Amino acid sequence: MWNFRPRHSACTMQSPLMTVTVLLFASYADALGADSLALEMPRETTVTDVVAAVRARVGAERLPASPLVAVNLQYATGDRIVREGDEVALIPPVAGG
Amino acid sequence: MTPLANLVRRPIDPLDLLRRVASPANGAVILFLGAVRQVNEGRSVTGIDYQAYEVMAASELEAIVTECASRFGTDDVAVEHRLGELAVEDVSVAIAVGHGHRDAAYGASRWVIEELKRRVPIWKREHYTDGTREWVDPTGHGRAPATS
Repeated sequence: MWNFRPRHSACTMQSPLMTVTVLLFASYADALGADSLALEMPRETTVTDVVAAVRARVGAERLPASPLVAVNLQYATGDRIVREGDEVALIPPVAGG
Repeated sequence: MTPLANLVRRPIDPLDLLRRVASPANGAVILFLGAVRQVNEGRSVTGIDYQAYEVMAASELEAIVTECASRFGTDDVAVEHRLGELAVEDVSVAIAVGHGHRDAAYGASRWVIEELKRRVPIWKREHYTDGTREWVDPTGHGRAPATS
């Protein structure tokens, strides 16, 4: 059936998967050859699972095992739940100043 | 004033920051400037390009100046960080703090730059005289060569 609701709205018939967009910057973007990745993940996954999915990509062997991650603009720990629509970013070692 | 935190893509004007923290209550005003250094770890640098996760960097900078204001007891805190291509001697970051007394002003200025370096998602890629470019990794866990 047609469903005109936005993809991130609550639906009664949910796919078991969601798309998580992961932002990449600086050396991490160079390593993976992209500024962002769209990953198919189970719903309500964790930061640790998202990092594992990124690390399965070609070029990710140049990333550390446990890179810093931000979810919705806040630094997040590995057990943080990631939901559809969350903004996930891998943060290379920062070098401001 | 309300504490000020900006990411900018134009040259930083230190006098503008000093004007923003000016107050009759301030017996001490500290201006810190960070600039592009010609030699880093023994390599000759011709310039740096700064990139950021801009939305988060702006949010972290804002949090830092707000926290600085409450920790050190002054609202007269202003910080600007420049993004984009900078040449040697260009100012990459400026911090101005006004306070009644110098001890707190020095402390606040130092605290802001250390917090900025610790948690604001900004990255710099150094350009060297031999034409190569590398992302700087202050943690020293290896450098990832740039693709271009």
